[in-house]
Amino acid sequence: MSVVQDAAALAQGAAQSVMKKAVELAPDSWLPGGKPDPLIRQKHGLVGTPVSRIDGPLKVKGAARFAAEIPLENMVYAALAHSTIPRGRIVTLDVASAEAAAGVVLVMTYRNAPRLQPPPLFLTAAKAVSGDNLPVMQDAEIHWNGQPIAVVLAETQEQADHAASLIVATYERAPARTAFEAAKADTASGSFGGEPLLLEIGDAEAALAAAPHKIDATYTTPRHNHNAIELHAATLTWQGDDLIIHDATQAVSHTAWSLAQVFGIREAQVRVTSPYVGGGFGGKTLWQHQILAAAAARLAGRPVRIVLSREGVYRGVGGRSMTEQRVAIGAQIDGGFDAIVHTGTVAMTANNALPEPFILATKAAYAAGSFKLDVQVAEMDMIANTFMRAPGESVGTFALESAVDELAVELGLDPIELRLRNEPEKDPTAGTPFSSRNLVEAYRAGAERFGWATRSATPGARRDGEWLIGMGCATAAYPYHRMPGGAARLTLTKDGRVTVAVAAHEMGMGTATAHSAIAADRLGLPLDQVTFEYADSALPGVVLAGGSQQTASVGAAVIAAHGALVTELLKLAGNDSPLAGLKADDVAGYDGGLCKRDEPGRHETYASILSRAQRDQVSAEVAAPPPLEVQHWSMHSHGAMFCEVRVNAVTGELRISRFLGSFDCGTIINPKTAASQFRGGIIMGLGLALMEETQFDERSGRIMNPSLAEYHIPVHMDVPAIDIIWTDIPDPHAPMGARGVGEIGITGVAAAVANAVFNATGKRIRDLPITLDKLL
Amino acid sequence: MHFTVNGKQVEAACDLRTSLLDLLRDYLGLTGSKKGCNQGACGACTVLVDGERINSCLALAVQYQGRAITTVEGLATADGLSPLQAAFVEHDGFQCGYCTPGQLCSAVGMADEARRGVPSNVTEDLAADIVLDHDELRERMSGNLCRCGAYNGIIAAISETYAKAAA
Repeated sequence: MSVVQDAAALAQGAAQSVMKKAVELAPDSWLPGGKPDPLIRQKHGLVGTPVSRIDGPLKVKGAARFAAEIPLENMVYAALAHSTIPRGRIVTLDVASAEAAAGVVLVMTYRNAPRLQPPPLFLTAAKAVSGDNLPVMQDAEIHWNGQPIAVVLAETQEQADHAASLIVATYERAPARTAFEAAKADTASGSFGGEPLLLEIGDAEAALAAAPHKIDATYTTPRHNHNAIELHAATLTWQGDDLIIHDATQAVSHTAWSLAQVFGIREAQVRVTSPYVGGGFGGKTLWQHQILAAAAARLAGRPVRIVLSREGVYRGVGGRSMTEQRVAIGAQIDGGFDAIVHTGTVAMTANNALPEPFILATKAAYAAGSFKLDVQVAEMDMIANTFMRAPGESVGTFALESAVDELAVELGLDPIELRLRNEPEKDPTAGTPFSSRNLVEAYRAGAERFGWATRSATPGARRDGEWLIGMGCATAAYPYHRMPGGAARLTLTKDGRVTVAVAAHEMGMGTATAHSAIAADRLGLPLDQVTFEYADSALPGVVLAGGSQQTASVGAAVIAAHGALVTELLKLAGNDSPLAGLKADDVAGYDGGLCKRDEPGRHETYASILSRAQRDQVSAEVAAPPPLEVQHWSMHSHGAMFCEVRVNAVTGELRISRFLGSFDCGTIINPKTAASQFRGGIIMGLGLALMEETQFDERSGRIMNPSLAEYHIPVHMDVPAIDIIWTDIPDPHAPMGARGVGEIGITGVAAAVANAVFNATGKRIRDLPITLDKLL
Repeated sequence: MHFTVNGKQVEAACDLRTSLLDLLRDYLGLTGSKKGCNQGACGACTVLVDGERINSCLALAVQYQGRAITTVEGLATADGLSPLQAAFVEHDGFQCGYCTPGQLCSAVGMADEARRGVPSNVTEDLAADIVLDHDELRERMSGNLCRCGAYNGIIAAISETYAKAAA
């Protein structure tokens, strides 16, 4: 970096920190969320009642069309060939047999691919969404084992797959960093979204050394893959210089912009749709396959469908990085924390944006006299690691919450009691007030329902024949996020129907169902009078389905658009309406129209307002305010996780016999789909605890288990009936009072399991997954 | 080649290498059956052949001429969803919906296996009638993966449907 750039970066940093301070100190009422969303007070609507998914019938009939199921005239099928070395250059690349094979339309390699700009890397621009920023098939360089080296297009998938198998490459190898221990010799401090992953308050090491009670241990977690059951896929076509892509993505607008940068065209020339996504979990963003398929379609002049094989997903789409974490806690005799140290190293590639930020949950978890938090990065040559459900918190809470349990044993205290004694009154590292934090209530309700009082503190005390039974608990935590860029359009027609249009996503979260219910309540309409349009980059808003923020992002945008719509309606209503003289803040949606908030009798229907104004429809498209609330308040969801395990004393077999999640996430909009999200997160957490591991060959840098047969995820038999409860206390500063539920479920689970295993067996497992060999 | 799918006779000029799954999805436009791994590990492609559940990704289409193939598109009744499909919606037995067709077809085949007395790994009394309790259902459905984690809802839906049917 030049001196000028350094100075500019410093000046920007200084300006940002001044701005941040100003937002922290501003009066509440100036900020988004400063006045509670009026919907929080509404008690008789659809929000809070269980509603079945509105796309449910389509899905159970097999009629919901996913990205690989959109038919296009004259379409060809794509297959990829992948590199077999981790670093170096392609020396020879023989594609003659492939080109001559039956049905083959095109073989594309770096030699004939169109010239493309590198894809914009996540977090480098508002709509950048690529997992890495390496050139895509532009030269002979190999950056990871599994990098695509050729694309075959053929009339059928069988022909394309066969031809791809005929491609022969030879390579000149270069030295590759594929061993973690060696890579660790040269680490650097990580930064995430422009913020260093480093925080020191006081002298934590000194406080730790002086503390009368302490725990100091190392915890390790392996690589993970998302493994959405839907394979990554895109069906796409060029119309002139415009690209239309039916993608499996959790970021339609980001993908449109990012692809436009790659192909050197305008954003408006790329249209991305993705109405049904077969699971995402952070993995369904922009990777090379969409770019390669679009480039090949351009060369061949034919529409293309690309569906990665399951192995292809492992080779070409990154997963979660491995971590090695030290957690040390120093405590007084009464259990009060003097020091929290959470440091360690993660693996990461040189060309990506995510050092697995395992310290995030620790920043707001407990009050302590001093902190030392630090994520070091060891660079490796591998597929770019990326965001996977609760990046940071999922694995970070394993280490932190295991350590808290270890300290409770050392102190002879109940682990819940130890946590409650260290409950912070304000954000312990940022100093900002919590917007709403009810973890104590979540623990109280969870412990009572789970029967925590029946647990023996002595490991191995409960036995049923060969089976040792233990209970454990841990805290779940995930922050409230709302990313900039949200916008929505509300269109009300004279028949009293409303259409909500937002470029949001449905990967199974129940987005359309939840937002239809919210819009129905906000406008005072029945559910069947609401249409939710989404998953199309041509719609308003830049709404990432990530960071558990989609509901907040859409919610804030709809609040803003609704305000504008009501203002317009009151203008149209004029002086002859019962609403005459009222302002937008004075009225609410009620019974198919507007009424004075505290006087429901003063009411006029939308149909009547529009009819008198001789209008067919009225529409408002508005952007959400910037998400300053997250700088003014410390906004986090929490949960108390309770687990009961049975460990076979003879074989080491480990079974989860009971699990309960007690959550504090603000308003629960749809209890039916929210409970599913919580359970789904917990089940992925059970996978993290029990079985999941992407095995990486440290000699070749190649993933050794790129399949669902060898990468194990939880199956029906691994999962007990999971009990879910919540506080349902609205967050006064979040849209609808809701903080998001998508990711918190995976956090805390691995620690709850490990702590239960300790309670059952006396064995402390600090290395995930907890497989039976570690229990023998 | 000639096939019978959901009671209808259909013809397709597919490759000898074409799997039954690709026949359904790419040649017949029946995209309800899903591809999640193409190697028999996830169960998303489960269909019924002469009433028995199979992984259609591991079956060559050419071998299934003259057999009665039922896909998820064939489960709904003329007047709407089958009781099992309706129970999946009611119990939220899915999130993204991608593994759902396989779970549904698998459940239909599984219930028939139990009726015929086919034991599972957790069946304790091989001589007695099989009772589809929680463990039997979970064991017998374990070939169908769901990454969203809708397992509780799926088992509740299957249990309600077949407990009702038996009553």
